[in-house]
Amino acid sequence: MSTIDFDDVSHAFGERMVLRGIRLHLTEQRIGIVGANGSGKSTLVRLINGLIKPDRGTVTVDGLDVARNAKAVRRQVGFIFTNPDNQIVMPTVAEDVAFTLRRRGLTPIQIATRTQAALERFGLDQHADHPAHRLSGGQKQLLALAAVLVAEPAIVVADEPTTLLDARNSRRITELLLGLSQQVVVVTHQLDLLADFDRVIVIEDGQVVADDSPAAALSAYRGLLA
Amino acid sequence: MIGLYSPGHSLVHRAPMLLKLVLLSFAVLGVGLLGELWQLSLCLFAVAALFLVARIPLGAAWKQIGPILWILVVAVPLQALFAGWATAGLMAGRLLIAVALAALFTLTTTVTAVLEGSQKLLRPLRRWVDADRVGLLLALTLRCIPLVAEIVTEVIEARRARGTQGSLLALAVPVVVRSLYAADAIGEALAARGLDD
Repeated sequence: MSTIDFDDVSHAFGERMVLRGIRLHLTEQRIGIVGANGSGKSTLVRLINGLIKPDRGTVTVDGLDVARNAKAVRRQVGFIFTNPDNQIVMPTVAEDVAFTLRRRGLTPIQIATRTQAALERFGLDQHADHPAHRLSGGQKQLLALAAVLVAEPAIVVADEPTTLLDARNSRRITELLLGLSQQVVVVTHQLDLLADFDRVIVIEDGQVVADDSPAAALSAYRGLLA
Repeated sequence: MIGLYSPGHSLVHRAPMLLKLVLLSFAVLGVGLLGELWQLSLCLFAVAALFLVARIPLGAAWKQIGPILWILVVAVPLQALFAGWATAGLMAGRLLIAVALAALFTLTTTVTAVLEGSQKLLRPLRRWVDADRVGLLLALTLRCIPLVAEIVTEVIEARRARGTQGSLLALAVPVVVRSLYAADAIGEALAARGLDD
């Protein structure tokens, strides 16, 4: 597994401090992050692939400073957003998956082969030539997952990937994420989905207030909510 | 081009995009030079044959060509009135063939092929133009059309639900704000997919 390190990381949006002095050493395969809206958890995961650069401290992935080597880090870290609509770039399903493989020095045949394999893996091969924006919400999130995993990243970060989905699709996406061989960092509000994770981190007001096994961390989080 | 591609493996589908584009351009120019109705009729048969070779479903072809027929229903009698039936027939034939050929190009060519073709065309200008960026710009423009259409639909529904149908401001402001948010989110997603370098 890869190693993600947060060393005394702080970040503010304008006057508002969203993260304060975060220190984390993440090596587990499945890591869950929970917290109330506005607690700073989305900012925390965006720091992992350099979508946001920290105001103070450093974030490293396998020793690479994310702020200085964002391009190299992004090849290792795939990111799945809450709203898959924002992640779709190309008009058709297959083209959107293939889009990820641009500028990677692959031949058109290699791109086609890997795209087809990714589509089959996520049950989207029947929709390969369909307009991506006409897929259902669940299928769009599957497409987002396929578009990220076709690049074979070492780490997959997902920011509330099931929030916009119904229970069935939510379960499906979660099972797929749990079944990945990659290191997975998931931000979620669906606490029951975290039972099989290796580690759960609770963020409150920009700080880590619990960092433990799912049972212990979620118990602490429920205590905060009470 | 959004969602118009009709999947297939025919000769027309497999032909290189740039070749198709060049042939389309010459064909449209050539048709414009034809002066006899029988010549245009032959061309129409040839275009129909190309649609058959490409195995384009009738519905998909009609969606592309149908609207021009409605225009011709109005334009042909007007043209006939001022310039005679022969001229009106020539105008109708030329327009129909040009639109049908353009539709055939769109129906048998993926957006990726068009983008790659555009990038090849821009390659000689690489000192001044970043062909990759232009390709990405074209892709995003096409992608954003359904996205903005969806935003407009949602805002109209919300407007109805809140009883503010008459207000143009109640439509424009949320559409612009939401479009800007969507643009921001797409930019972030592009960066996450390693396309900000």
